Amino acid sequence: MGMKKKSRSVLSGVHFLSGDLACAEGAIAAGCRFFGGYPITPATEIAERMARRMPEVEGIYVQMEDEIGAIAAVIGASYAGKKAMTATSGPGFSLMQENIGLAVMTEAPLVIVDIMRGGPSTGQPTMPGQQDVMQAKWGSHGDYEIIALTPSSVQEMFDLTIECFNLSEIYRVPVMLLADEIIGHMWERVEIPPAKEIATINRKKPDVSPNEYLPFKPDQNLVPPMACFGEGYHFHATGLTHDETGTPKTVSIEEQSKLVKRLCEKIRKNVDKIVKVEEVMLEDADVAVLAYGITSRAALSAVRKARSIGIKAGLLRLITIWPFPEKLVANIAQQVQAIIVPEMNCGQLVREVERAAKTTAVSLLSKLGEDPHRPIEIVKALRKVTK
Amino acid sequence: MRVEVRFAGFGGQGIIRSGLILSMAACIFSDKNAVQTQSYGPESRGGSCKSEVVISDGEIDFPRVYEPDILVIMSQEAYSRHVKNPKKGAIILVDPNMVAERNDPNNAKIYEIPATEIAGKMGKKIIANVVMLGALTEISHIVDPEAMKNAILQNVPKGTEDLNMAAFEKGAEYGRNVSMQRSAKTLS
Amino acid sequence: MKEADLMLKHPLAKYLRQERMPHIWCEGCGNGILLNSFLEGLDELKQNLDRIVVVSGIGCIGRAAGYINVDSFHTTHGRAIPFATGVKLANPNLKVVVISGDGDLFAIGGNHFIHAARRNVDIKVICANNFNYGMTGGQYGPTTPLGSWTTTTPYGNIEHPFNLVHLAAASGAVYVARWTTLQVRRLKNSIKKALQKEGFSLVEVISPCPEIFDRYNKLGTAVDVMKWFKLISQVKHGYDPAKAEVAKNKIIVGEFVDIEKPSYGRLLREMTANVQDKLKGEK
Repeated sequence: MGMKKKSRSVLSGVHFLSGDLACAEGAIAAGCRFFGGYPITPATEIAERMARRMPEVEGIYVQMEDEIGAIAAVIGASYAGKKAMTATSGPGFSLMQENIGLAVMTEAPLVIVDIMRGGPSTGQPTMPGQQDVMQAKWGSHGDYEIIALTPSSVQEMFDLTIECFNLSEIYRVPVMLLADEIIGHMWERVEIPPAKEIATINRKKPDVSPNEYLPFKPDQNLVPPMACFGEGYHFHATGLTHDETGTPKTVSIEEQSKLVKRLCEKIRKNVDKIVKVEEVMLEDADVAVLAYGITSRAALSAVRKARSIGIKAGLLRLITIWPFPEKLVANIAQQVQAIIVPEMNCGQLVREVERAAKTTAVSLLSKLGEDPHRPIEIVKALRKVTK
Repeated sequence: MRVEVRFAGFGGQGIIRSGLILSMAACIFSDKNAVQTQSYGPESRGGSCKSEVVISDGEIDFPRVYEPDILVIMSQEAYSRHVKNPKKGAIILVDPNMVAERNDPNNAKIYEIPATEIAGKMGKKIIANVVMLGALTEISHIVDPEAMKNAILQNVPKGTEDLNMAAFEKGAEYGRNVSMQRSAKTLS
Repeated sequence: MKEADLMLKHPLAKYLRQERMPHIWCEGCGNGILLNSFLEGLDELKQNLDRIVVVSGIGCIGRAAGYINVDSFHTTHGRAIPFATGVKLANPNLKVVVISGDGDLFAIGGNHFIHAARRNVDIKVICANNFNYGMTGGQYGPTTPLGSWTTTTPYGNIEHPFNLVHLAAASGAVYVARWTTLQVRRLKNSIKKALQKEGFSLVEVISPCPEIFDRYNKLGTAVDVMKWFKLISQVKHGYDPAKAEVAKNKIIVGEFVDIEKPSYGRLLREMTANVQDKLKGEK
């Protein structure tokens, strides 16, 4: 007692790390003590780092037989009281969709990292993409809401992984970190703050006795306090539609409506609290670039270049893409003549932007393959719309 | 000022490691910002491979390299792909023993560094990339030798420090010499 | 005294979520016998119910988890075992039991089963084997005997079934037993043994499906099927699981595997302790 222990979970200080490694360190700093994995390019380095680091912080690394097993184990660990994570890429993300639905339905807090590569199918394993954006939102069947964050630097791979855990614990929802191969494999300087400066949030526990506990009775925030296995609550959770007691309600119209709406509303009603964006030079902008992840770095460079040649451009960088910051985008759309959306896909988030922007012109800049847009390509597009 | 560097060769030559060492020398052991990105195929060994570094005194927005100021070429394929239309005045380091067919552009400064041969004479071909980094440091002055050496020591297996430092010095010496020869040529 | 207090209570009632009764199972279904055997086992072992977690997949028997008054989870189809793996590794103080069916565990969940057995994760699997997918109305599955009739084998089944005990043994399980729902005391004892053993255990329970499979295959009433079990069951403890047949004229039952091997959880904890010791040494 009284001895100052150097934290093994928070490696405070300056590091030179890849995005994947920073993500693993962010998870550990957030309190993640269970990683269920399956190797896949370009997310393997997260599993490798976790395999080495988990025993150092008395956590658990288990390599499952596939990604279906990986996420199932992560849900199990979450219900057993651990902060838990898995990391994958497109093909594995597809396999996880079934149990993402289970995690949504049983309100299991957990984090899924998807280091996006080129798809469809096996696609281009070592090349970047932003092709899983819609899958992250809609990949599992049924109606639901999730949260997805898109880091654009190695520092953010650390910071936003912590944010993912905090959001998952607050809202009892699977939270996704959607990065891409470039961010995952890119190396940059990362500053890991002292442990006491890292805010970590833990799930709300029930404040009633086991006899009174209703496992799916929401609080005023629409989120039910969570008992875990082994705590004496003797509760039941199921992927079937259920009432507040956890009892399956497979034919009740009321219960189906009540549960599914709450699962959506607990995120929709808290959008303003959840959403994070970065606005650059938007105050007086005539034209905006809306970007996320790696393409936002090209966009930032482009906006600066455009300003230097007299185009009043601004950047709206989405840090949260799900829930989609609809209000914010709508406001900016009212102010500018046009919005340009560079994406490393054939046009996914641009559809949401179009919906929010209403009559303001929205144009997609699509790019596939090894490299994101060159800043000059975005500048050209800016020039075209401001002419 | 933004400086863009590209290392290109094939998997197993330490191309990606070279980029990491340079960027680490810049952003950890010098007072600069740096970002390293990479591109490689599915093969662990033998596939074509490139590693790119952006170094800047200011913030680095776009991390990719399109017009490298410095190119380090360690294979024929890398030469054929990356040396065609260099940026005017670019510094290009070529390992001549790894590139049989050349058609050097005349708007760039080409330096022949037989890194693989030098490394081979030292008994370990695998340290050719460190020889190259020695030459690069002396030719480009992009980072201080001390910063580069510190970064190398952070990136090599325990027990190989002396060998790697020796490789760095050999490369640096070779780099100094070719640099001096070029200056002499320019003067005469 | 209230009338309710005077009523006789089932001795195992406290183990059930009685508000969820009646259960969804058909008359004569073996699932009730399986559930009863499990609860009796818990009762006789005087288990701390706060430490028991029951996990199930999808199918008729999958509802069992919801009926037992312990922490329980009803997963997606086939995923009970990897979910249970996560629970057990995350909290080794819990006793984790998977109760599910042959289709769930060995078709869609087959890969998870063999890998959990290979890892020797300390979970107990109790499999209700009724030879078909009962809940969806009787389609053939991985245990359906060759030549049987189901709704998707209208010309007779042309697939060879798995021998579950052989599969479990070959995959590395430390305890493997098979009983029919007729041998209730032996079944209960096997469940008790599995609960007390460290490592991956399988108890296969051959179970009547009177309304569906048994009807399609003209096996008679549930009572007839129990009589048939009595007639053809052969108890052979320690018998080679590869030869332990389930056939029309012979069902080999008994304990086939009972070995000692460190569980995955134990090896994981030992590895972690070693890493921790090393780190302390470095300080």
